[in-house]
Amino acid sequence: MSAFSWSRVTAVLVKEFKQLTRDRVTYAMILAIPVIQLTLFGYAINAEPRHLPTAVLAQEDSRYARSIIAALKNSAYFEFVAQARSAGELDRLVRTGDAQFAVTIPGDFSRRVARGDNAQILVEADATDPSSTGPAVAALSALPTAALSHDLTGAVAPRGQGKAPFEVITHARYNPEAITAFNIVPGLLGVILSLTLVMMTALSVTRETERGTMETLLATPLEPIEVMVGKLAPYVLVGLAQTAIILLMAGVLFHVPMSGGWIGLSLGIALFITGSLALGFFISTLARSQLQAMQMSFFYILPSILLSGFAFPFRGMPAWAQWLGEVLPVTHFLRVVRGSLLKGQGLGDQWRELLALTAFVCVVTALAMARYRRTLD
Amino acid sequence: MTRDGRLSPHAAEKTTALAIDVHGLNKSFGDKHVVNDVTIQVAEGRICGFLGPNGSGKTTTLRILCGLLTPDSGSGQALGFDIIRQADEVKLRTGYMTQRFSLYEDLTIAENLQFTARVYGLDRRGERVDKALERLGLASRRDQLAGTLSGGWKQRLALATATLHEPRLLLLDEPTAGVDPKARRTFWDEIHALAAEGLTVLVSTHYMDEAERCHEIAYISYGKLIARGTAEEVIAHSGLITFHGEGPNADRLAHELAQKPGVETAAAFGAAIHVSGEDRAALEAAIAPYRREPYQWREVPPTLEDVFIQLMGRSQDNVQ
Repeated sequence: MSAFSWSRVTAVLVKEFKQLTRDRVTYAMILAIPVIQLTLFGYAINAEPRHLPTAVLAQEDSRYARSIIAALKNSAYFEFVAQARSAGELDRLVRTGDAQFAVTIPGDFSRRVARGDNAQILVEADATDPSSTGPAVAALSALPTAALSHDLTGAVAPRGQGKAPFEVITHARYNPEAITAFNIVPGLLGVILSLTLVMMTALSVTRETERGTMETLLATPLEPIEVMVGKLAPYVLVGLAQTAIILLMAGVLFHVPMSGGWIGLSLGIALFITGSLALGFFISTLARSQLQAMQMSFFYILPSILLSGFAFPFRGMPAWAQWLGEVLPVTHFLRVVRGSLLKGQGLGDQWRELLALTAFVCVVTALAMARYRRTLD
Repeated sequence: MTRDGRLSPHAAEKTTALAIDVHGLNKSFGDKHVVNDVTIQVAEGRICGFLGPNGSGKTTTLRILCGLLTPDSGSGQALGFDIIRQADEVKLRTGYMTQRFSLYEDLTIAENLQFTARVYGLDRRGERVDKALERLGLASRRDQLAGTLSGGWKQRLALATATLHEPRLLLLDEPTAGVDPKARRTFWDEIHALAAEGLTVLVSTHYMDEAERCHEIAYISYGKLIARGTAEEVIAHSGLITFHGEGPNADRLAHELAQKPGVETAAAFGAAIHVSGEDRAALEAAIAPYRREPYQWREVPPTLEDVFIQLMGRSQDNVQ
């Protein structure tokens, strides 16, 4: 043919634009992705979380202790959620994740401050996610000089001058060296499983509809549940294979600690794989083409990365975003995986997350079965 | 043949058992009434051609018969089983071939057959698959991917798959669309061989030569069954009169003649022209100006196509 022709390009261009706006899901995605995702993530993501849940074990009820707690609160990084009665209880609160910080004020604190005898308080941080605790830990350095400034008057006034009246011992637990990989690698397990399983199942079922083979399947004696089980079972194996690869690499290459919690971890993995497959199946009952299935999967995966606590600290998000995050199964799965590998959580510490995953599996499976029709009506 | 979609005299004989016997089927999608009060009866071992314009409800009717769609109203039996309550029994004994090639293109020919054999829980699977491959003449290509077959072969493979479980009823939805004449002939030879073994076939088609190869035909338009019987019966009952005109550029008269009163259809056939209508006097008046040299006119029996075009035009009038 002749040389490059703009009018022929225009013909293709006009056709392409028309097709783009013909598919309503694509059209919605073009507009919804920037609007929803921007509002969602623009407001939700905060790399410097404040108001972190903190538990306190005050072994003495003194003016100094109260001042220290008030000073911690005023820093806006710490929010006191529990008053522990014993060291064991304090430990449990951090292990379950109910508290991200544990503050211990020893019984002889006031006496030592007054005597100028090496007074100390202990702040333990759950450092599984070092990026979320980092800023709060840094803020602690200003505490000893400022916290007691109003209390040290009269006879004890000299304690307020010169050397700080007490010392803050910080103890980063579970990940003392603040290795980011320890947090990210277990998290990747959840993200990779969602990415492959949801998308693969959504596409595999939609492909049958798109190619017309579903019509042939429906005309055979196959029952819907038989189609669903038969189609999903291979992907259970895919999920398990991926899990094995990721855990192996996490141990060998990144030296991620494997502290235990194997029962909870296995249950979590089983529930999460099932839930992801059910979700993929559900998407395939909504999507009319593979392209739509792809877009819908993507719409699920983006918040799974950003709002689940994988990429950004969960507690840095405003309440509404945390609530959204709680709906995502990845959020609960990440807590189970990190809890097991890094903290050695037992079933007793994980039951809430496992229950949430079970609820997700039940709801999504019910939705998928209700939407999947054995006829073409 | 009747035009109201009710029992035809042919089907009413009831001398043989009916493989398909459904009454007053209705199906709507939204406000579109796709199947409107359709009644069909097909005797066992017969090949019934299912004809009608695109979008007339043929596919929907076939899907209702094989349990893929639930009718809004209407009832009936297929192979003696209730099509709604006993859909599973019907499915077990029915082979259904969709309009598109709907086997797995990324499985081999043999794998497609094996899959179907498993789904139907057939015994002697290997033997059945081998036999089907041999009958198809594909034994040497059994490990070839189904997607690489040509259109004609794909349809024959689909037919072999649809009949692997030895169904008693075969529902074929435009099985030969886009297939070359030789492959179509082979395909139809197979259908006749199956019917000779006692299989009942309901096949939708747009090809007139295929319609003529059916034992009987049913014509559906805008969801309504408007004609049925053997090809001869449908032609005889149409009341249509057709004149065949020849002469230089006779085919170019089609447009002009179609406008004349009394002319229902005027269509070019190569260099000749077919003019049809029900009113002999009006028809003769219409062609009178051209009944002179060099044109030559003679009355011919209408073809099935003439009748269908007439039926199509008429049912459209009914709708408007």
